[in-house]
Amino acid sequence: MTDVSIDLQPLSDAVVDGNRSKTVRLAQEALDAGLEPLAIIEQGLVPGMEVVGARFKRNEMFVPEMLIAARAMKEAMALLEPRLAATGYKPAHTVVIGTVQGDLHDIGKNLVATMLKGANFGVVDLGTNVAPETFVEAAGEHGAALIGLSALLTTTMPRMKSTVQAIRDAGLRDVRVMIGGAPVTQSYADEIGAEGYAPDAASAVDTARQLVAV
Amino acid sequence: MSTFTQLAIDDAHELLFGRAPRPLTTRRGMVIGGGVVYPELNFTLPAMLVDQATMDEVRRQYRQIITDALQRAVELEVPGLVVEFETLPPMTQTPAWGIELTRILAEAMEEAYARHGLPSVLRITPNDTREFDRPPILRRGENWQQMLETFEGCANAGAELLSIESVGGKEVHDEALQAGDLPGVIFALCVLGERDMRFLWSRLARVAQRTGSVCAGDTACGFGNTAMVLAEQKMIPRVFAAVVRAVTAVRSLVAYECGAVGPGKDCGYENPILKAITGYPMAMEGKSAACAHLSPLGNIAAATCDTWSNESVQNVRLLAAMAPTCYLEQLAYDCRLMNEALRDGDDAARTLQRWLVRSDAPRDPQACVLTPGNVIELARAIVDAGEPYRAGVAAARRAIDLIERAAEAGELHIIERERPWLSMMRHSLDEMPEDADTFIAHHLAQLDPTRCLAAEYALAGV
Repeated sequence: MTDVSIDLQPLSDAVVDGNRSKTVRLAQEALDAGLEPLAIIEQGLVPGMEVVGARFKRNEMFVPEMLIAARAMKEAMALLEPRLAATGYKPAHTVVIGTVQGDLHDIGKNLVATMLKGANFGVVDLGTNVAPETFVEAAGEHGAALIGLSALLTTTMPRMKSTVQAIRDAGLRDVRVMIGGAPVTQSYADEIGAEGYAPDAASAVDTARQLVAV
Repeated sequence: MSTFTQLAIDDAHELLFGRAPRPLTTRRGMVIGGGVVYPELNFTLPAMLVDQATMDEVRRQYRQIITDALQRAVELEVPGLVVEFETLPPMTQTPAWGIELTRILAEAMEEAYARHGLPSVLRITPNDTREFDRPPILRRGENWQQMLETFEGCANAGAELLSIESVGGKEVHDEALQAGDLPGVIFALCVLGERDMRFLWSRLARVAQRTGSVCAGDTACGFGNTAMVLAEQKMIPRVFAAVVRAVTAVRSLVAYECGAVGPGKDCGYENPILKAITGYPMAMEGKSAACAHLSPLGNIAAATCDTWSNESVQNVRLLAAMAPTCYLEQLAYDCRLMNEALRDGDDAARTLQRWLVRSDAPRDPQACVLTPGNVIELARAIVDAGEPYRAGVAAARRAIDLIERAAEAGELHIIERERPWLSMMRHSLDEMPEDADTFIAHHLAQLDPTRCLAAEYALAGV
């Protein structure tokens, strides 16, 4: 590709506005102008979702509004990803995320996954009621830098500890673990050896970035 | 199968705590809804796993909880006590555990009755494990069989009231909530949820008949309370959660159409609407349930309750005593106050009710839709609509009207950025088809079979 200069601020704004057709159109125009797909993502789409994330964190946006923005980004990504894949590109960091065994609550976990995708993490969502060994296998398979564990019940929270133990026992020592959920605290994260704790979905991206030192 | 074509309570003045047109008399003579508000205690384990290795400790925990709580109930001279045992998933998946723990609780309650004359009644609420399959398998399979076995075994072990927080439609509702999608909410509650409730509660009615127990009621906890908690965390608008609450009543009503007679389950904040429709007594929870979840309904929830609950509290040590005992005491004092007001006559009871209502209603649309007057309006909208889909639309539309009316009258504060949601919701209702068949066909065409199976709602091929 040639050295191309193009203002991607309108693209970011379209993501913030949740304007799907405009986001896709501007992404296409940037491609047509010769901009690298990765640059469009990193300088156009991700900054837009960062604005969304910050507004969400300040309670200036509701989840439905945040999801509309995320959907706009997703549609543009559908346009860009085949071209990225052709270059062998993968997101710098992949997160394996799931709700621990015995627990079926997934709204909070889903929001975290959405926010992480918006920040251009690769996200492998294992769903709910996930056994420790499934986290371990997925982290190995996808080369995850981070594993995110969610639990809502006091009686499933102890599964976080056994999952962290399984991760360590499997020798995945470079994989960081972050946890969250209603009954979970920073002190519990410290107690079970999880490197990160996020009190809410809006904070999870910051925590994830710190853990992988993006 | 009953259909409610008119309101059991059509005058807001008659919608009061402690009194229901169709009270329930229990085996030990408690008359729920008969002029006395009873405390209803619920509890859970501290942070621990439940498995074969921990079952001795689990038994010890439940024995301690019930012994201490009953002793305090006797000391506080409560007129009667409802105890709710809400199983944890392993206790439904291994019915023998749930049944054994039921027996421990029931025996302690029988002993307190024999020794101290304390009347009590046990409500069993098996955790609905059918969603452990994803997509949920609701009408067959191991989880379904285990759940039925738990119901029947626990009823035979001494549980008199059958309840559940059923989950049919939740897999669709969760996404609709996050998307702020009101038609999706109505599809989940008034089509999927309604069909699952009808299937489930017609079977529970048979369990009740076989075991001599009573179908008490369901709750839209996984729906309306999820919305409430998300609104509390400022993730979705409170006006949206308030409208969702109104719609949940359509779904929960099905239990009573299938033979439930109350008291409706505590966390169903739609219960005042159901009390107005059915006349059956209702459990409620409010400030007393802050141990389990926050809410904007702390006082107003008591305005029409027949039992007053704490939702659930972990068995952990507090300064005074173990937490369930502390919460039993709080419930007992709340009930004393309400019962004293009832003893002083209608004017006194209505004065207390007015304070309970006014202290919450102007501050949050979710409280606003639960004032006795608004409850009657919502109940009437549902009954007049008849069919569940139209009832859901009618309930949503009436809730929006009530919120707007209260805001215009200066009786309700709405956060500025939530105001556009009222017109957005009204617009989406206007766009919905008149007839249920068209609506169902439209949503079925969009159903993701990896998340929700139409056949589990007998909708395949519709």
